[in-house]
Formats: sequence, structure tokens, C-alpha cells
Amino acid sequence: MRFYEFESKRLFGKLGIPLPRGSKVAANAAEASAIAAEIAGPVVLKSQVLSGGRMKAGGVLFADTPEQAAAAAEKILPLKISGHSARGVLVEQRAPVAQEYYVGVTWDGIHKLPIMIFSDMGGIDIEEVAERHPEHIGKRNFSTIAPFSDYMAKELVASVGVTGSDLNRLSAIAASLARVFINYGLTLAEINPLAKLEDGRFVCLDGHIDMEDEAIDSQQAILKELSMDPAEKRQARPATQFEIDGAKIDAADHRGVAGNVVEFDGTLGLVIGAGGGSLTLFDAVRKHGGKPANYCEIGGNPSVSKTCELTKLILAKPGVEKIAVMMNVVSNTRVDIVARGVIKGVVESGFKPSEKIAIFRIPGSWETDGFAILKHYGVPYCDRTVSMYEAAGRAVANMQGR
Amino acid sequence: MAMFIRIDVDDAVVARTPGLAVKLAEVCPVNIFAADSAGNRVGIVEENVDECTLCELCTQACPEGVRVVKLY
Repeated sequence: MRFYEFESKRLFGKLGIPLPRGSKVAANAAEASAIAAEIAGPVVLKSQVLSGGRMKAGGVLFADTPEQAAAAAEKILPLKISGHSARGVLVEQRAPVAQEYYVGVTWDGIHKLPIMIFSDMGGIDIEEVAERHPEHIGKRNFSTIAPFSDYMAKELVASVGVTGSDLNRLSAIAASLARVFINYGLTLAEINPLAKLEDGRFVCLDGHIDMEDEAIDSQQAILKELSMDPAEKRQARPATQFEIDGAKIDAADHRGVAGNVVEFDGTLGLVIGAGGGSLTLFDAVRKHGGKPANYCEIGGNPSVSKTCELTKLILAKPGVEKIAVMMNVVSNTRVDIVARGVIKGVVESGFKPSEKIAIFRIPGSWETDGFAILKHYGVPYCDRTVSMYEAAGRAVANMQGR
Repeated sequence: MAMFIRIDVDDAVVARTPGLAVKLAEVCPVNIFAADSAGNRVGIVEENVDECTLCELCTQACPEGVRVVKLY
């Protein structure tokens, strides 16, 4: 669940991370003017949308007086940025900045631990800093079980050459961010830029938070405190018709899962899933040079009709040339049921399964029957001796006529 | 039209066994059988036939009158 900037800042503020003066959300020009008057100085007004590119789209403006703030809010509030309407406009003090830093905490999938990242080059994309100026980035993993100690943050900040009182102040902020990450079940907590002002104070100028969807139930108290609706769907962009139709297919039949459909602009349709298999297989297809037309997750033994409808949806998507049906080894999902659903979907779409299915790689429960069905229809398939990565490679090769 | 499974029912066997039509409708987990209102005939719900899980509950309920055929 993605947080708006103002919600992220409210949570940061709760843990003692310093914020610019003001930092309140206005719903209209009059409120923006009142907040600016309260700040009594230059302000920045920022559109509250769940997407980047606000500055380029005109969603960030500056004002020196309450009247200018009102005028800026009137310009910002009706703006749609990447298809998103503004939730409001954040008004906060604009203060001269001496230096910008970056501090973030996210999940390190390789080490299976949180990772804290710090840089003395903030205000720009951290991936760009990592690529061009790796010496300006420090990283360290920490445990989710052992208590987080401030010295870990201090070591990290010091690793990029920060010393003296700046080291102490920045370390405290980084440590608070790590605790926010752990305590609230987050997948991302980021401050960029974290600014040192000319008067020596440090403040969070912009921040992002993503809460793990699975943590929403256990974090009801803080969500309520932040006036956030746990049921609200928050996505980086509005759902496409393809995605809406995919959700309808999943909702229409309680048997199993055929959902989380996400649209991409490739040519290889994917019917994928099982125990993290979707992400692994999607990445594997890309790694082999394939262009996925979609992401999805199937599992929990979806019915034949549900799998059939999902297959038809994917095949009807413009640009889709073939589909790849791949899962991890399944136990509660039946290979033969998925095979029936996919083949039925292909046939009902007016195609031959042998020509439209690039690969079928679902080993596991009832695979003997499943493979018999696939053989009957001439569909290329493989068992568990072929890894998911290799199966993805075969699908891409099939697409390329190899 | 089912592509993968065919269900053969001997109507005579079902008709002469009281309660069998209703029993078949009850045991099938994917609602392939539908008993008529009198309860002495059973119809096949064609759109559900490919959902057959091959659980054999129907053939156990009526070994002489129901046959499940794989079409692959």
C-alpha cells in the first residue's frame, strides 16, 4: 500500500524525523493560503499524487505570499499527473538548502534482510547515483529480529565520509527510518532529499512509504491514526480495462486464484504462478529477451472455466502472439485441470493449442493426466527436470522460431 | 460442449433405483448431475462436465449406471 507524501511525512514526524515547518495538506486555495500565512514565509506547494514526475508536470510550485500560494494551489489541484488526480496540495516552508542527502530502507531479496542505504548525493534518482557514483553510496543489512542499534546507522552514514555533528544528526534520522520500516511492516521507507538547511537543521523534504499488503491487517491502528482507508486500492497508475477484466474473472468464481493481472506491452502472454513462481517466471522471460504481455498469478487449483476465461482474456489482448503456461511444482493445484482450462481457452479463442502455446511447464499433482491432455493436443510441455528458468527460455525461443 | 470428459449414464439403472438421481446430484463436487423434480431421472449439466475432478464419487454411487470417460 503506497502512502501519499503527506501521509509518509506524518508517520516520519511521529517517530521524530524532522519535517519542514507547516507541512499540512490543503484541499482548496483558501486552505493553502491559510497554511502559507501560518508559515509566514516562502512556501513550496506539492501536488499529492501517487506517481513521480510532479515537477515536470507542474505539480510543484513556489510562493512567497499567501495570495501566491492560493493561486498556485488553484493551478495544482485540477492537474492530472500520470492519470492521477491530486488528493490535495501539501504546503510547507521553503528554506535554503546547503546539501541534500538520501536515506532509504527497503527489502534485500538476495540476503533476505532489510537493507539501509545512505548517500551524500540526494535529490536525484538513487539508481543513477549507484551507477555513476558508487563511492557516494553506503549500504548495510540489518536483522528484523534483533533490536536495531543506532551504531549501525552511524557506521553507514560514516561510510560515505560524513563526520562531526552532521554524522550524529543524520545517524539519528537514519535509525528512526529503520525503526519505522520494521515497526510498521513496510517494504520501502525513503527520504529523498534529506536536506541540510543553511541554518544547519536537517529536514525531510520528500518521502515515500510502501506498506506490505500483508501487513495492512496488523497495522490498522496506525492507518486509522493517519486517516487512511485500509481497503483503498492504491496503484502507481489507474487499472487498465485488461486489468479490470482480469479482476472480474477472478472475482466471478471462488475456486482458486487467477488474478493480479497486470498489463504490459509485450507479445508473449503469461499464465503463471505458484509459490512465488509468477515473479520468478516473469523475470526469467525478460532475462531471456522475451517481452511479456502481462503478469498474473494463478494457484489454489482454479477451475477449468476460470483458467479458460483468463486464457481467453490474454489471447484477446492486442499484440499477443503466443502464451506460455508455467508454474513452480504444484501440489494443491492440479496440472490436468489447468491444462484443460488453458487448452479450452485457446480453442474457444479460435486457435490451435499446438500453435498458440509456446510452452507448458507445470509439474506436480495429476501431471500424468495433464501431460496426456497436452500430448493429445500436441502442446509442447516439460516436466520438473526442466527448471522454470529453462522453461522460460524455451518459451522465448519458441516465440522467436528457434 | 465438453472437450475432455464424457459422462455416460444408463437412464434405466437410475430410474429403477429410488433416490439414485438425487444421490448423484449430491455427491458430485462440481455439479455435473441434475436430478429432475420427480427424482427418478438425472440430467447432465454440459457446461460443468469439463470441471470433472475424476473423484469417482458418481461411479461409486452408481457403479452399474455411470461411466466417466476421458477423451484424451
